[in-house]
Parts: sequence; structure tokens; C-alpha cells
Amino acid sequence: MKNINNKEYSKYVDKKVPKPDYLKNSIKAFFVGGLICILGQWLTNYFTSKGLSKGDVATATPIILVFLGAFFTGLGLYDKLGKFAGAGSIVPITGFANSIVSPAMEYKREGYVFGVAARMFNIAGPVLVYGYGSSVIYALIYYLVTK
Amino acid sequence: MDYIKAFIVGGLICVIGQLLMDGTKLTPAHVLVSFVTSGVILTAIGIYEPIVNFGGAGATVPLPGFGYALAKGAVKAVKESGVIGIFTGGVIATAGGVAAAIVFGYIMAVIFDPKTKS
Amino acid sequence: MAIKKMGAQTVKLLNPPSIVSTGTIVGPKEGEGPLKEYFDVIIEDDLFGEDSWEKSESKLQKEAIKNALDKISFPLNKIDYIFGGDLLNQIIASGFSARDLQIPFFGLYGACSTMSESLSLGAMIVDGGYADKVICVTSSHFSTAERQFRFPLELGNQRPLTAQWTVTGSGASIVSSEGNGPYITHITTGKIIDPGIKDANNMGAAMAPAAADTIISHFKDTGFTLDDYDYIVTGDLATIGKEILLDLAKEEGLDLTEKHRDCGLEIFNNEKQDTHAGGSGCGCSASVFNGYFYNLLENGKINRILLVSTGALHSPTSAQQGESIPGIAHAVSVCTSLGKEG
Repeated sequence: MKNINNKEYSKYVDKKVPKPDYLKNSIKAFFVGGLICILGQWLTNYFTSKGLSKGDVATATPIILVFLGAFFTGLGLYDKLGKFAGAGSIVPITGFANSIVSPAMEYKREGYVFGVAARMFNIAGPVLVYGYGSSVIYALIYYLVTK
Repeated sequence: MDYIKAFIVGGLICVIGQLLMDGTKLTPAHVLVSFVTSGVILTAIGIYEPIVNFGGAGATVPLPGFGYALAKGAVKAVKESGVIGIFTGGVIATAGGVAAAIVFGYIMAVIFDPKTKS
Repeated sequence: MAIKKMGAQTVKLLNPPSIVSTGTIVGPKEGEGPLKEYFDVIIEDDLFGEDSWEKSESKLQKEAIKNALDKISFPLNKIDYIFGGDLLNQIIASGFSARDLQIPFFGLYGACSTMSESLSLGAMIVDGGYADKVICVTSSHFSTAERQFRFPLELGNQRPLTAQWTVTGSGASIVSSEGNGPYITHITTGKIIDPGIKDANNMGAAMAPAAADTIISHFKDTGFTLDDYDYIVTGDLATIGKEILLDLAKEEGLDLTEKHRDCGLEIFNNEKQDTHAGGSGCGCSASVFNGYFYNLLENGKINRILLVSTGALHSPTSAQQGESIPGIAHAVSVCTSLGKEG
């Protein structure tokens, strides 16, 4: 067989690859993501009505949402939601919880140190590295500018 | 009314994530990382605060809201404790959520076994 | 002098060994697919009574071997060699199954091409007079492959449309110096062809050029024409890979439209079972060849097929380092009668 030109082949393959249904996927992500945020809003309003300070509400709401994300991952339902909703259930903080619980469960058979504990941060680790990293950089700039 | 705003703002942020995943080769991990980082940057340049004021949980529940909490915490700590605050601010502001994720994650992993996809 | 060598990549077996028996076992999802009646055993739970999926996959191999032996009431300890492989790191499913079987063992890795690789080597050993009966076996398991190559099962991600579904299953062939067919007559061993595809979710496109290359070499080396074959059966090219193979072969003057079948497209109903582009994994061509196509050959419904299992020789490490995916395909010619062998 004659040699394949990688560039031409790549272009040719791109034409064969089916395109995702952007509109349908976006609508599903919109509704599920929106609904999770409504739940977050309800929690915020509830905690506020119970007299929690603004700072405490901002901590309590994510804790409950993280619990729910973790619990539904444990039940084996969050991956089904994710298959339907895509980013709608990945982007909310419940998806962050899912990204921690799913590898922790998956690697339990490799033990509680190198399995559960080490693998827990497969996906969430980078989120914390870049999140904390960028917040420190921002804080440093803010400190230098306002000093 | 705040529920409708949360629904629309939160939904739209998720749509951006969906378009990124469908239109590029980015994995969920890439989307999570870039959303948290953009949350910090957008807060730093003053864009995210108005979105939070309008959308409430619609802006704080998605991952850019995590970045928002990091950035706000960082500024607050720098104001209160100077240089030390540079390092402690973000972590303190998000400590609850992260500790919850670790603890609940561990508990769920102990209780439940993964099931195969069908 | 290599008297059995034909052309650049092919050998002609002068004492064609027979595939005297096969055994197959598949998971629940495969057992709901269009080929369900051709598999010996369909397991209900893919843990198969074990406490890890890796152990379950090893057990699948052992069961496939047991089924194949039971059909001809042949004792395991009379088997000379096992040629086995799977997709896991250090091919642990095969190694651990061979640990229990206590038969001389050659472990093979050819990714999803391993079934035809094991048949190639097994048949050559038997033809050469080094063994009377050997077992060629491969397996794959959706849940072991998913955690090694992709994401944890409970992660709420969406699978791309080009993604393939790793088959949970195993297939074993007993290749014997004595027997009445189906015979393995020719073996064309593939070269690695790497068309530069980097997307591990589009393996069909990475492997199709290798399949085309091996098929074209086979016809060139042997002088066979398409008329000699009932089917050209590829391993797991799936929807996109199939289209590409047909295009590439056509450019070389070979119209495979009528005769091409792909195990990855046979095993699932992609629309109904939501398997996107189709099945994949060593267990895919292993179960479909040893179950479905072996049945057609044995019952005389077809006379000759070319089994071309296709493999993508990448790893998560190479993919993360930005390497492209090397493709490979090995062809084994299987026929029921030796009549027109020249």
C-alpha cells in the first residue's frame, strides 16, 4: 500500500467523524446545570433564613452540595446523570465531588492508601493545584499593588 | 425571582462548558481546571462579582464560583493579615468544601462499590 | 531457506492445522447483542463471582478454554502450549489465568489484534511440528479497560461519538495438527502503520490503514482474489474505521464493500445498545470469530474467511506524551476444505 500522508489523512478523518449535536447537548446541560443551581439557591436562602452569616452560608451550601454529589456518585446515579447532562452535571460543585468520589471508589481494590486516598485526587488534584495556585498569584499581585 | 436568575446564570455557565467539551478535545478534568482558574481571573479583574450579585447560587455553585471564593478569600486575608494572607486566604475560604469532598469521598468509597456502565 | 514463506509478509502452512474446537464467553451487554445465540456462555454479572474485574477477566479466559476443551472432551494437561493475551498492563488477565492452568505459556500483546496474533503463532508452531495441540486465547473486559485507558466508571462524563465500547468476553481456539478443519492455511503478519492519529477515542481511524495494508499484502503475497473469500473479517474498526478501510482498499483496486464484516460492528446493535461507534478489545474479535464465524465455517455456510484482528498499540502514557497511535493488523486465512490449495 502506498504511504499515507499524515496531514491529508487527518483532514480526511475529520470529515468522517460525526459531529455532536451541539444544540441538544447544550439544552440538556443548561437545564440540569440550572436545576442544580436552583437547589444551591434554595439552600442559600434556607441557611440565610436560619440566621447564618453570609460567610457561613457560603461554606454550608457547598458542603451540602458536595455531600449530595458524593452520595449520588456512591449510589451509581451520578454517572447516569452525567451521561445525559454532560457539563450540566460536571461544572457545578456536585461534579467536583463526583470527580473525587469516582476514582476513590474505583481504586478501593488497590487499598486505602495507594488506592482510595492517592487516587482520590486524580482529577480534583489539578483543580486544587491551579485553583490555589492562581489565588496565591492574585493575592500576591493584590498585596503588591495595594501596599 | 432569585431562583430564575440562578437557573439562567448557572445553566449558561454549564452551556459554555458543554460547548468546550463538544467543540474541542477537552476532557471534564480540563474543563474543571480551566473554570476554576477563570473564576479567579474574572474575579480579579472585577467581572465575576457582578455576575454573582445578579445570579446568586447560579454563579457560586458552578466551578468558576469556586475560583470566585478563592479570589475573594485571598483579598480578604491580605487585607487582614498581609503577607501571610497571600497563602492562607484562598485555602481558608474554600476549606469547608474541600474538606467535605475529602471526607464524604472517603466515606462513600468505603461504603459503595463502583458499578459497571450499561 | 524459508520454504513456507510467500512474498514479503505471508507464510503458507504446508501442514495446515485445524481449529478443532472453540469456546466463547461474554458479558451481559454482549449477551443482549445480535450474536447472543452464538456464544457458549453469557454471564449475568460482569464481576463473575470474583472480587475484582481483573480476576473476573482471568476467569473469563479460563472458562473459554474450558468450554473449548469440553466440546471435544480433551484433557487440559495434553495441551502443549497456550498463546494468550489481553489488554491489561503486563497482560495480567492471561498470566493469572495461565498460573492456574499450568500449561507452557506464551504471553502476547498485540492490543486488540492479539486473537489473530495468537492464532498465527499457534498455527505456525503446530505446522512446524513443535506441538500437536495448542490453545490460542484472548480476553478483554469493559471495566478493566475503562479504568486503565479512560476514566473511573462512576465519573459523570460523556463518551465521544467516535468512542468504542470494550467487549467483555473471551474466546479460545484449539489448534491441532490433526483434524478435519476449519484449517488455517495462510498467515499474513502485519507491519505497524501509524497514520498520525492522536485521538485515543478514534481508534478505528488509527487502525484502518494497518488493516488495509495487511489485507492488500495478503492478496499480493498469496495470489488469492476476493472471489476466494466469503468474508474479510476485521477485528474492531467500527463505523468510522470501516468506511476508511473501504476507501483505502478501493484506492488500491480492491472493492471490499460486499465482503467486509467487522467484529466490532457485529457484536452490538450500536443504535439500541448505545455503544457509539461499535465494539472493541481483544475479546471482540475473539468472541465473534470463535463464536459466530467459526459456527458459519463449521456448518459449511461459508468456506473461507480472512480474519484480520486490528490493534492500536498505544498506552495512556504515550497518549499523554502526545504520541500518535501505531496501528497493526494480522491476517489469518481460515477455510473448511483444502481442495483447491495449490
